Formats: sequence, structure tokens, C-alpha cells
Amino acid sequence: MTNFETIIGLEVHVELKTASKIFSPSPNAFGSEPNANVNPIDLGYPGVLPVLNEEAVNYAMKAAMAINCDIATDTKFDRKNYFYPDNPKAYQISQFDQPIGENGWIEIEVNGEKKKIGITRLHLEEDAGKLTHGDDGYSLVDYNRQGTPLVEIVSEPDIRTPEEAYAYLEKLKNIIQYTGVSDCKMEEGSLRCDANISIRPVGQEEFGTKTELKNLNSFSFVQKGLEFEEKRQREVLLNGGEILQETRRYDEQKKETILMRVKEGSDDYRYFPEPDLVPLYIDDEWKERIRAEIPELPDARRERYVKELDLPVYDAGVLTSTKEMSDFFEEAIEAGADVKQASNWLMGEVSAYMNKQQVEIHDLKMTPAALAKMIQLIEDGTISSKMAKKVFAELVENGGDPEKIVKDKGLVQISDEGQLREIITGILDENEQSIIDFKNGKDKALGFLVGQTMKATKGQANPPMVNKIIKEEIEKR
Amino acid sequence: MSLFDYTLKELQEKLHNNEITVSDLVEASYNRINEVDGQVKAFLTLNEEEAKKQAKELDEKIDSAASILYGMPIGIKDNIVTKGLRTTCASQILDNLNDPLYDATVIQKLNKENTVNIGKLNMDEFAMGSSTENSSYENTRNPWNTDYVPGGSSGGSAAAVAAGEVFFSLGSDTGGSIRQPAAFCGVVGMKPTYGLVSRFGLVAFASSLDQIGPITRTVEDNAHLLQAIVGHDNMDSTSANVDVPNYSDAFKEDVKGLRIAVPKEYLQEGVDPEVKEAVLAALKQYEELGATWEEVSLPHSKYAVAAYYLLAASEASANLARFDGVRYGKRTEKNVDMIDMFKESRAEGFGDEVKRRIMLGTFALSSGYYDAYYKKAQKVRTLIKNDFEKIFDEYDVVIGPTTPTPAYKIGEKIDDPLTMYTDDVLTTPVNLAGLPGMSIPCGFSGNGLPIGLQIIGRHFDESTIYRTAYAYEQATDHHKKRPNLGGDK
Repeated sequence: MTNFETIIGLEVHVELKTASKIFSPSPNAFGSEPNANVNPIDLGYPGVLPVLNEEAVNYAMKAAMAINCDIATDTKFDRKNYFYPDNPKAYQISQFDQPIGENGWIEIEVNGEKKKIGITRLHLEEDAGKLTHGDDGYSLVDYNRQGTPLVEIVSEPDIRTPEEAYAYLEKLKNIIQYTGVSDCKMEEGSLRCDANISIRPVGQEEFGTKTELKNLNSFSFVQKGLEFEEKRQREVLLNGGEILQETRRYDEQKKETILMRVKEGSDDYRYFPEPDLVPLYIDDEWKERIRAEIPELPDARRERYVKELDLPVYDAGVLTSTKEMSDFFEEAIEAGADVKQASNWLMGEVSAYMNKQQVEIHDLKMTPAALAKMIQLIEDGTISSKMAKKVFAELVENGGDPEKIVKDKGLVQISDEGQLREIITGILDENEQSIIDFKNGKDKALGFLVGQTMKATKGQANPPMVNKIIKEEIEKR
Repeated sequence: MSLFDYTLKELQEKLHNNEITVSDLVEASYNRINEVDGQVKAFLTLNEEEAKKQAKELDEKIDSAASILYGMPIGIKDNIVTKGLRTTCASQILDNLNDPLYDATVIQKLNKENTVNIGKLNMDEFAMGSSTENSSYENTRNPWNTDYVPGGSSGGSAAAVAAGEVFFSLGSDTGGSIRQPAAFCGVVGMKPTYGLVSRFGLVAFASSLDQIGPITRTVEDNAHLLQAIVGHDNMDSTSANVDVPNYSDAFKEDVKGLRIAVPKEYLQEGVDPEVKEAVLAALKQYEELGATWEEVSLPHSKYAVAAYYLLAASEASANLARFDGVRYGKRTEKNVDMIDMFKESRAEGFGDEVKRRIMLGTFALSSGYYDAYYKKAQKVRTLIKNDFEKIFDEYDVVIGPTTPTPAYKIGEKIDDPLTMYTDDVLTTPVNLAGLPGMSIPCGFSGNGLPIGLQIIGRHFDESTIYRTAYAYEQATDHHKKRPNLGGDK
């Protein structure tokens, strides 16, 4: 009987793919041997000092600008004290009260409705090491990740449904990927998300007590976890219970959230300004230099595809869903591909292939120019759409020149009218009944005759021409 | 006369004239250590084999282009990281840090000058203390009277120079840790402007206050050693990118017309009459040399000790949190689970004073207390800085005593940390303001203990301090007196 409103806020951590770490010259790379990318600074060795990697600041600014944040002119780093083996200095260098970016927003679309989600802040910090807990009582720590530049992006509590949360994450990932500062791969941990959720009776101003969801390994688990939590909180309240400030994790098997710990009071990180680093002053010249480096972002691109390339809104949305896809598309049309054909191929065959093989565009052997060439071969009648599928199969797997593939496979289409008319005449002679059927209005008969022609030509006949000639020849009889 | 009674210039002349060799100098150093360090206990770790090998190499390759520090035996405070040479900060928790991975920037710079590192010097654990009694290893003793403390935290560094065990040494100063032991031991100690000397490789106590600096027998030698270790370092973000003058140029000028400010707070009650007398005598000397002095006020200096201990302890509580016995350092031998392993390692590894300051700092930074303690202390820091700036609008240097009293007896104050803290009243304002400050000998107490004169300059104006100190030193002979430790000095 009580109607509740759901309030969701998301904290997203994104690793920046700078060449070296944020405070040391160690390489910043994923997938190396444990503790290979580690020097005394990363280990918190006695006497070492952090030195800020300016590129990390540039990347953070780029991300902050792309999500419409105001960029701080005066900013600084702070120490966040916490004792844990993944954190060799026992404090994390982070930003407390002067984050690089504040007051941003992104626009999401759910069920055709657009909505702006506010972004409270984006701040720059260092990532921690990674712990692996053995079952022998020992825990192992890998400090490769220690010192990887990280931005934390905190949303306003503007999100009202788990679906919106999903859309927000997709959009955020999409935008950050476009800026090129991160891969945003959840499976590699370069994008991580914690979600805060509370509910309150509709009309109530005050927020309800929130719970925090951690260990969310995919966007859809974020959504599912929130859906479960929304329902759980409602049931607790309707049964006269009380929501406790808890940290919960989402169990993917059980499809429910599970209590990790109840929070008593707030953690005291004893933040104070990092004395080993000087405050950072970002002047307008610096800001503008970075702003100029931000590429066209997905919304702008989508709009351009619709307005300037006359693509359907749906196509524009799919093509801009990743920068890689969109860049591939643009390179293909640059190389002369028809816009709609290129779009169809990318959304159709290319996407199907990537899904099936679980690969991404950069894994394909096919270049944008090759796709363009193949589309041209279809358009000038050299190959049929059906043949093109064979060419495509070869291209994605092994790459190469479509023209050469066509020749090597003997896929050239028979478009010689005289030759086709001769074959068709022979087929019509043997299929009198079909002619009669066709004349009696049985369209199926035409299909049969086309099929016979294709069979006779081993599929190499130009289908539109076959259609046309059959009709002409039947007319004559 | 010991070799180390000569000045740097004189020794270099002897080296180049083949009157002595680097090996002679290094030999002299170890001989003296063998003679007197049983009493003084300045050294924690000796680098004898390596140093003697290096001396031989240096004797072979010496040429006329050799730098002024070439072959000079030096001692290093044990909180400065030396590659391959044990670095403990006089703490049990780093007792087994026998093979450090890198050289501090100052060590790299000294290596370029071809000084010879004789060994590592005792100190208060993690530089926390004013008497070196907080060393977890041994009490260093004042060479002028071995019943007395040498001061601290760079007690080993000051005592080793005073005792003639090394030609000079490096110390570090967070709240007076170079100047105060220099005063107690009758030697010359400079705390440079914050940012002048790289802190990379100095095990941090309080990052916004720590500075490495030289301890020597004479002002001129001090300038030469400082010259070798200054300069911007891209491994230390707080290291200043400033033009460094040639400090020796300072010795060409006299002090005629020098305007000296004497804060009345520096000669108030609490300052020992003998100390006050010595400082006033020094000021008289300056008048005779053509300088003028006037009394001024540092109205906020009375808050300096409180602000200093809050800020230094706050930073220390974070800086020392990394010592957990996992990646390096000593781990408890008790068979306990992970969390208790951390707890036990730290409980066993840190001494009382370090624990006291970690607790104080943790408290000061805690939510609900941060504004009242840490933040307020930062405001005091700004006020103190402003006090000095105002004075430096009208005066060239600030002069006062380095310490309220001469050295006290070992054990006399160790159970009274608050009194020991308040003794830092004259040195901590300089660190809070980031200014350079120096202590030079200016006389002796009735029982024969040295008294230090503190000279404070503008930011990055070490040259004026050297000029001021040199003029006084040349006009007096306190620096020529030597403690009587027996043996062949």
C-alpha cells in the first residue's frame, strides 16, 4: 500500500592507461607476472617519495571534461589512511576536498526518455595492490596494480531505477572509452562499480538508510543486484523492519545480495594534505590544451550520423556504441563504402561474428578498407550478396584483398546477358509447367526457375539479372 | 693535532701536495673511532672494508681537478638510505634492513664528490627525540662530558664530528635535530631552507618539516658540504627549483651594516642565564664588527612547540604506518595470525617515544578532532611564518640561542617528555616557517659544555647566514676548542 521511491548513487573507479604509474616510473600494464612492475616507490620502501605523473592528470582532466565537470584550478592530493596489506604505504594518495572535477553530468536514455544524471565529483588517486587468499592460511599480494592511476567518479543520487543505473554505466563507459583514457574493461578490473541504494516513501524528503553493493562484476549484475536490493528493502520496511547501513555483495549464482558487514559509524580515514606533493595549479591554458584533445563524443557522433549521413537513429546508436566500431565505420566510408551498406554489414555480419567468436573489432583481420572494397564489389555486380558472405568469412578470419579472394575462390558473378539468356532459355524449355503456373499467377514458380538457374551456374549468376531475363523470356512465350 | 683539525681547504692542499693520502684520512677516521667510540658511541654501523677500498681507489685516481670534498671521511645519520649499507633509523623494526635497495639523492651527490662514507650514525629512533636516548641501540654521549647527552635527534652526527671521528657528517632536522645537537656538541650545524636539499632517501618523520643538512667543525666547511648536496631533484616534488649561489662567496663580505633582529621571546625566562649571557656577548661582538641589532617580537612563537608536535606527529603517524614487517624490516617471531602479526611486529619494533607520537598524531587527525588540532596547528604555522616575514622586511638575520640550556645529563629528562618537547621552543619555529637556521658555537657554560648561537635567515638565503656566522667565527675561537676524550687527537 505504501509506494516507495528508489534512490541510487554509483561510485565508479576507472583505471587510466598511462604508460607509467601515477607516482612512480614503473610500467602501468595489465597481465604481467606478479610483482614484475614494481620498484621501491611502489613498495613503500623507507625514504621513497611520490612524484606526480603529469599524464595521469591530463587523462583525469580529459575524463572529467567529457562528463561535463568543472575543472578545478587549485587542486591537491591527500593521504587516506587505512591499514591493509594491499596498500604498502598504509595510506592511499587520493583527493579529499579539492577533486580535479566537480558538478558534471551525463545524459541517459531509458525507454525513449532522456534524463540527466548529475556527477558529484571525479577525483584522481592511486590504485592498490591485489590480494589472493590461498586456502593454506597464507595470502599473496601482487603490487603490479599498486600505483595505477585511478579516477573515482561519484554520481549524484539522481538514479531512480536499476535500469537507469545500467544505462548510466553503459553511457559512462561509452564516453570514457571515447576519450581514450581507459579501456573500461570490467573483466580486467579497469572499470569497477559500487552501488548505493536506499528507498523512501514517495513524498518523503529525507533519504532512507542506504546499503552499499560491492563485488559487482558486470553491468547486468549491478542491475540485478539493485533490483534484488530494492525488493529486499521494500519487504523489510513493509514488515515493520529497519534497514541497516550494510555492505552487501551480489551472489551471481543465488541471484541475491548477501550481507558482508554492517557498518557502524563511518570509516575514519584521517585524511590530511599529502605533504610529499605540492598543490597543483591548473591554469586555463592547460585546461584548453586538454579540452582540444577530446575527440568527438558519442552523442555528438550519433547526431551527426543521423543528420549528415542520413542513417536511421537505430543504426547511429549501434554504430557509436563503441568508439572502435564507430571509427571502423568512418574509415570504411572514408574508403568509399556506401553508408547504409557499411552500417548494415557492421550491425549484421560483423557484430554477429564478434559475438559468436567473443572477439572485438581490433581482433578482426578485416580492415575497414577491405570492407569498403567488398561492398563496392557487391554494388558493381561483381559478386552477389550471397557470395559476399563467403568473401566476408575469409576476410574476417584471414584478412586480405576482397578482389583477390573473389578471384581465388572463383566467385565472380555471371552478369553476361547473352550467356545468362542462353542458360535460362534451356531451363525454360525443360520446365513448361512452371511457365504455365507463373502465367496463372503462381509466383512460386518464378522462384523455382531462379533456383534452377542458380543451380546451373553454381550460384554465380547475377540474381537481379536472372529475375529480369526469366520474366522477359516467359513474356515471349 | 688531528688531521681533522685542519680545514677542508688545508686538507685538500695536503692531498694534492702528496703530504697525505685519502687512505691516511680514512685510516685516521677509523683509528679515532677505535680510540674513542667506545665512550662516545656515535656509530651504529661501520663501513670500514668498503671505505678503505674506496680510499685506495681514490688515491690512485686523484688529479688536480678533484673536488674540494675529494676523499673526505663523512658519517651519515642512520635515517638516510645507503645502498647496501645497513639503515635502521635506530629502530628495532628496521634492525635487519641490512641491504637497502638504493642510495638517497644526497648520497648519490656525495658519491659524485668522492667523499668516503665511514659509517652510519646513531640518532633518536626515527629522529624523534632531542637527546639520542631514544635510540633503540645505545646512548650516544656528549664528547665534552660523557655523562651528558649529545642532543638529538642527530646526536651521533654531532658527536662524531665533535669527537674528531669523521671530518664532517650529515644530519636531519625536523624541529631542531641538527641545530640542537650541534649546539650541545660545540659544532656547526645547518638546517637548510625546506626544499633546498632533496629528501629522497631520507626516511620520513614529518615530511613537511624534514630537511637534511651538514654538521662540521667550521662554518666554511659547512658551506662546502652544503654546496655539494643542494639542488633540484626530480625524485622529490617538494625540492625547490631555485638558483643556488656559490656559498663561498659569502665569506668575502663582512657584516658591516648587517641588521640583526633578536626576538625577545628567545631571551625570556626559561633560557638559562649562562646561555643568555653568551648570546648577548655574541651580539656585542657583532656590534664591534659593524652590525646592528634590535629587539623584535615573534608573538606566535609561544605556540610553535604545540603546533609543531601536532603537525609532526600527524605526519609521522601516516609515515610510520608502512612499517609492518611484511615487505622489509623485522617481523615478530610469534606464531600469530595476520592481523596480530602486524600488531606484534609494530609493538615489538617501535620504542615508547615513537609509539607516543604515532598515537598523538593518529588522535590529532581523527574525525572530530582534525579541526581543533591539525587544522589549527596549520593556521599557527602560517602565523609563525608571517611573524618571520615581517621581521625579514627590516632585518637580514634573526639571532638567538639555539637551545634554552646547554646539554643535560643522560637520564635527566627522559621520563619527562613534555619538558623535552618544550626545550624545542627556539628551533621548531624555523622548521614551521621553512626557513634556514644554523647553530654555531658561542661559548661554554661554567661546567665546560658548549653553547650554541642560532642564526636564522630568509628563505634560500643561506649565504647571509654563512656570512654572519663566518664573521663571528673568525673573530672568536670557540670553534678551535676540542673536547678532551684522551687518545691521540
